[in-house]
Amino acid sequence: MSMIEFKNVEKYYGDFHALKHVNLKIDEGETVVLIGPSGSGKSTLIRTINGLEEIQEGQLLVNGFDLHDPKTDMNRMRKNVGMVFQHFNLYDNKTTLENVMLAPRLVLKRDEAENKKIAMELLEKVGLADKAANMPSELSGGQKQRAAIARSLAMRPKALLFDEPTSALDPEMVGDVLDVMRDIAKDSSMTMLVVTHEMSFAKAVADRVIFMADGEVLEDSTTREFFEKPKEVRAQKFLSQVEHH
Amino acid sequence: MNLLQDNFPTFLQGFGYTLLSSVIALVGSMILGTGFAIMQIVPQKWARKIGNVYVQVFRNIPLLIITFFFFLVVSKYIKMSGFTSGTVALMLYTSAFIAETVRAGILSVDSGQMEGARANGLSFAQAMQHIVLPQAFRISLPSLGNQFINLVKNSSILAFVGGLDLMYQGNMVAANTFDTFSTYIIVAIFYLVITLPLSYYMQHLERKLKHAA
Ligand SMILES: Nc1ncnc2c1ncn2[C@@H]1O[C@H](COP(=O)(O)OP(=O)(O)O)[C@@H](O)[C@H]1O
Ligand SMILES: [Mg+2]
Repeated sequence: MSMIEFKNVEKYYGDFHALKHVNLKIDEGETVVLIGPSGSGKSTLIRTINGLEEIQEGQLLVNGFDLHDPKTDMNRMRKNVGMVFQHFNLYDNKTTLENVMLAPRLVLKRDEAENKKIAMELLEKVGLADKAANMPSELSGGQKQRAAIARSLAMRPKALLFDEPTSALDPEMVGDVLDVMRDIAKDSSMTMLVVTHEMSFAKAVADRVIFMADGEVLEDSTTREFFEKPKEVRAQKFLSQVEHH
Repeated sequence: MNLLQDNFPTFLQGFGYTLLSSVIALVGSMILGTGFAIMQIVPQKWARKIGNVYVQVFRNIPLLIITFFFFLVVSKYIKMSGFTSGTVALMLYTSAFIAETVRAGILSVDSGQMEGARANGLSFAQAMQHIVLPQAFRISLPSLGNQFINLVKNSSILAFVGGLDLMYQGNMVAANTFDTFSTYIIVAIFYLVITLPLSYYMQHLERKLKHAA
């Protein structure tokens, strides 16, 4: 079953055509990596999937919700779709533990004792159990990102979106975050869409790679195909640039 | 000092009304001000327009005129005392300034906070209540403190509409005793009894919240 489906989607910022005729299908449980040069529309695309950006034309189905239908309840849709941002966006006024516990408490009305248990297990899993009582300002970038991932997982989402989760991190922090993401990808029921420049991560984890440029999806191939012989000239060029980086 | 002793019940009553009016207006203006601040930042254009008109109207008319409007005009239709007229006017007037302060506070909270909360499943209202507003208030605290102190001092407009407050009682005592100077010194001291602790409390809160973050 498809978890995310774009049908002839057009997105504009004013006059600027940011997503051009996007057709895309991501099945439940798939791990897909989205790559492309800066400004090609990767963030825009991923942000439309949980309604942070509206689309102007076409159809966008996420977990059965029609996002272009004004009657769609976005809050309900978002219960099942988590997002991890480049700049973490942790709640600055809450401790690490509270960051993880807040949405399940408010949105899912999860029982407090169970909520805490689940939150602590997740912090354990991402290696932050000892930071539960700390404020975000007391965490390193890598720790912040792992806390943000735990916060997303606490909602038990069906799909997780990652928008360049390691791009704002010091190089020595990247590995730990990617390890956590690799771990999540092992869960065969979790759908993941990851915007990243980490090609080794893509090779190791992705089922498919999507290449975008100038608001268009230019290539959509299996990971093997893509890295062995990308069809698009621009994808070839892009690959050679990031890989010799 | 005889003046204070002889008129102590009068001053005390005035002090009580000033305090009561200030507390009501403060709570009311915080609620209204926050509400109109939020109205000015929601996507709905009509709501933003209403919020903006409200703020511009009440911020740009002298408090005394708003007070007279309630005391002389509105009271013809809805029965209200001078105390009520003055307190309502004070509340509306102050709420316009608080709306501006809180709005600026909300805008200075990184937009990633709201996005993170929405993506996490919170509704706009939940995100506002639990994430954005607490941070906005913290940022606005110094300015809110000023508004609160202004509010206490501005409550002296009650005297113009027979509002029984400190200023009103002071005027009475001054007229009866002809000791204007001592009377107003005493009145000033009573105001300080409210404003100084308030001022220190706000500073304390600022320091405390700075360390918390
Ligand atoms: N809120 C916005 N308003 C106007 N233009 C935007 C906005 N967000 C992104 N854009 C433009 O859309 C294009 C795609 O941006 P983005 O999706 O962030 O690309 P990427 O994530 O691939 O770097 C860029 O040209 C960018 O300037
Ligand atoms: Mg981007």
